Amino acid sequence: MIAIAIVRTKDLLAVVMLTGIYGLLSASFFVVLDAVDVAFTEASVGAGISGLLMLAAISMTGRAEAPKRHKPLLALLVVLITGGMLIYGTLDMPYFGSFDAPVHQHVAPRYINDSMQEVGVPNIVTSVLASYRAFDTLGEVAVIFTAGIGVLSLLALPQRRKPYLIDESSKEQMYQQHIVLRVISKALIPFILLFALYVQFHGDFGPGGGFQAGVIFAAAIILYAMLFGLDNAKRIFSLSLFQLLAAIGLLLYASVGVVSLFNGGNFLDYNVLADDPIAGQHLGILLIELGVGCTVASVMIIIFFNFAGRREAQQNGKGT
Amino acid sequence: MVLGLYNYWIVVLLMMIGFYIVIAHGNLIKKLVGLTIFQTSVFIFYISMGNVDSGSAPILAEGVSRYSNPLPHVLILTAIVVGIATTALGLALAVRIKEAYGSIEEDEIQIQDQLTEDNSKC
Repeated sequence: MIAIAIVRTKDLLAVVMLTGIYGLLSASFFVVLDAVDVAFTEASVGAGISGLLMLAAISMTGRAEAPKRHKPLLALLVVLITGGMLIYGTLDMPYFGSFDAPVHQHVAPRYINDSMQEVGVPNIVTSVLASYRAFDTLGEVAVIFTAGIGVLSLLALPQRRKPYLIDESSKEQMYQQHIVLRVISKALIPFILLFALYVQFHGDFGPGGGFQAGVIFAAAIILYAMLFGLDNAKRIFSLSLFQLLAAIGLLLYASVGVVSLFNGGNFLDYNVLADDPIAGQHLGILLIELGVGCTVASVMIIIFFNFAGRREAQQNGKGT
Repeated sequence: MVLGLYNYWIVVLLMMIGFYIVIAHGNLIKKLVGLTIFQTSVFIFYISMGNVDSGSAPILAEGVSRYSNPLPHVLILTAIVVGIATTALGLALAVRIKEAYGSIEEDEIQIQDQLTEDNSKC
């Protein structure tokens, strides 16, 4: 459907728009499949941040795709053969929604039946993410952190003390034009931030958690940066602060693990953090979700600021 | 009864569309979009495997006895955020390639590479 349209379209701007719609569609699809936490993430990432980043990249790399000079037939053949083989492979798979599929037999029953006694958090996804499989999550946060560093090293500009030689008035005017957007977003941003915090701390009971909260938080600040200019945003939220926060988030996560080691438990075993195992679990989950939220938000903001900063530098370079 | 497998076929279809974009298109950004579609199809695959008929979202509540499998949700939840981080890295690479070569079309980059190689040989 949308995906096929993406294949056909040559205008990359339209492709990005379609990708946004595609993200939103798959988010609603996840809701239908009972995966509310995943839908939350996909809606904020797939429909929001990824589109923004692609727009920023396209504005630097050019919008039009070159006309085709290759033979799509060979590719089509490869794709058809692979697809056919995959479909043949699915013939042995359990039916959609069947209750006794092998996936549901292994560890899932334990998570569903015992997590309330062992972890004491109603949202099973949160308890699996932050407690049973906290080690995986630590690895994933590390990957995000590394990606942030990668973008930083690829796109960061050398520190320039000397001010740009372009006249500021033309840039000011561009931001002045969107006065309705500015007023409304100024009213909305505090609520978006508040919502992010709610998602962060309510993740134990409803859908949500550090990953989603981080992305929403980042979205609010990116919105500010887009409407009031990157320079203004940088004046308020310094980039080095976020670089520090990204590291601190990961460090917080890992040190929770180390503290539980010192208290005589396994790495990231929260039971020993407090006198009562359940209280220890709550404390541990709260702390590591905070770490996750910090890192994810900071890395997203770092990535966006770097893309946008690079673009402004390019445009200034062309202008002078 | 084979129709009960339709979720996998949707996944395969999406996956192949993404795959086609990756191998048939020369534009690097388009390739990344293709990878994103491929990625989403894997997400849908996992989530649809975790789904249980008449199951509820995995948040414990009174009077609900059947939940969808929470494990795939956890894996995919983190995978989405990791995915956007790696996509951003890919986009950053594309931006740098554009600055270095003046193009993000695969074949043009290859021609330029060939030219510099030939020049260095002479």
